[in-house]
Amino acid sequence: MPHNLAQKILQAHTDEEITGSGQIVTCRVSLVLANDITAPLAIKSFKGMGAAQVFDKDKVALVCDHFTPNKDIDSAEQVKVVRDFAREMGVTHYYEGGDCGVEHALLPELGLVGPRDIVVGADSHTCTYGGLGAFATGMGSTDIAGAMALGETWFKVPTTIRVEYTGQLEPFVGAKDLILHLIGRIGVSGALYQALEFCGPVIDALSIEGRMTMANMAIEAGGKVGLFQADAKTLAYCAAHGRTGDKVLKADPGAEYEQELLLSVSGMGPQVACPHLPDNVRPVDELKGLRVDQAVIGSCTNGRIEDLREAAAVLKGRRAHKNVRLIILPATPKIWRQAMDEGLFSIFLDAGAVVGPPTCGPCLGGHMGILAGGERCIATTNRNFRGRMGSLESEVYLANPAVAAASAVAGEIIHPGKL
Amino acid sequence: MLVTGKAHKVGAHIDTDAIIPARFLVTTDSAVLGANCMEGLEPGWVKRVSKNDILVADENFGCGSSREHAPIAILGAGMPVVVAKSFARIFYRNGFNMGLVLLEVGDGVDKLRDGDKLEVDTEAGQIRNLTTGENVACAKVPPSMQELVDAGGLVPYVKKRLAHKQQGA
Repeated sequence: MPHNLAQKILQAHTDEEITGSGQIVTCRVSLVLANDITAPLAIKSFKGMGAAQVFDKDKVALVCDHFTPNKDIDSAEQVKVVRDFAREMGVTHYYEGGDCGVEHALLPELGLVGPRDIVVGADSHTCTYGGLGAFATGMGSTDIAGAMALGETWFKVPTTIRVEYTGQLEPFVGAKDLILHLIGRIGVSGALYQALEFCGPVIDALSIEGRMTMANMAIEAGGKVGLFQADAKTLAYCAAHGRTGDKVLKADPGAEYEQELLLSVSGMGPQVACPHLPDNVRPVDELKGLRVDQAVIGSCTNGRIEDLREAAAVLKGRRAHKNVRLIILPATPKIWRQAMDEGLFSIFLDAGAVVGPPTCGPCLGGHMGILAGGERCIATTNRNFRGRMGSLESEVYLANPAVAAASAVAGEIIHPGKL
Repeated sequence: MLVTGKAHKVGAHIDTDAIIPARFLVTTDSAVLGANCMEGLEPGWVKRVSKNDILVADENFGCGSSREHAPIAILGAGMPVVVAKSFARIFYRNGFNMGLVLLEVGDGVDKLRDGDKLEVDTEAGQIRNLTTGENVACAKVPPSMQELVDAGGLVPYVKKRLAHKQQGA
């Protein structure tokens, strides 16, 4: 049978024949990932399984990025568990200090993920690597422990929703807006148990970073993976990040899709997801005048160099409103250095921003930017659940980096073009 | 498996930050996580729960992060079963891996009210509402999941697989 992209990648990793969606297949995995929150549980399960060794010490990545630099004694103890395990197992890719970044920005940069790979991670935003054409999906710690021990795991072959984007992007509109628009349209369970496959001229023109931003939020529609077919850009990105031998895998002609959506983006302005779900999406102009107390620019969704440049372009020669705390967290050390070398930090500091270390920190209400009751934050992160960034009485609005930067300057939510 | 307990009903899209907020993720202790179950939904929510009570939810229960702390918190709070219209994908795997039984019953959830006394019979594929006398049918646990449940969860399942591998080598 003709395979869609998700089926094609799964087929490349199993000896069983994939005959349709709903089938349960066991696949070999290319990389297994966990972080400082999920690895301790995975390690507990791994030991409970009686496993003595990880299946391949080069194919396990342990990235301590959520509460690091360790925010308190408990988080330090958790990282210690992960560190000790990494040493015991001889895990090659263990990161916690100056070499550590937000996992989903870090691993592509290190060349650890690429097209055709199957990546499983104990983090829901593992789907980010779909931007490179990998079948990448989040699982729980015990599933990850099993994958670390066996080098394989089971998947239910998903049905696929194909989303084609056409038209011309307006100024200040980018990848974040494309994915928010889709989530707003199909809802937070619109792709539940399913794969999303993105295509069309707008996608072809999008950078790899932008594709990763979109793939990152596939889970916010309930999706299992957010897939982009690899192309010349993907191969160039992989080669530039030290990978060799990557090949492009294409969906077969006549492959089966559960649903096909055609979205025209011409005339679409920046999108903002309002509290308390990522599908509560409205055009930025409808929210004009809404006061903000904090702006966060960073995370696995929008903490890459392109995002920082976009924010800097808005912030240049301007200052954050006196009532707004502007927090900027470059997602990896490499991005941090690049931003510094390009002079972006001068712009940020002149704008009154706090530039912090690479960390997931505020996105999940961990540390470095927690909200008090009644406070409102505009963030380039991926979730705005109630209490996500702090108090249950606080609010998070999700937007692209230019909108977050402009809103920080205005002290209220605003279209960057109207600043 | 037969469980009898009081229904605690929650809404749609209950996310993992509601089930167990990130500030509690500095531990993997089920008692501590259980004592803070649903703290992101309503502070002190868990106080209403007695052992073997049943959590009843609308669609997409458990959406959000991959934190296994969520099913652990529910189990730690004393609830062995969650009945929902539908579950978020990662949560569905995590639940079974942790030994939490998840029953997807679609609109059948509408026949279950907060505070009703329920009897869940996973073998018969039936939920009896002892308060109203109504029954709600639920699909039996899928075979692949049954295999996990039969083995006692994913940990013993992999343990068995690893032992087989070693024998083969």
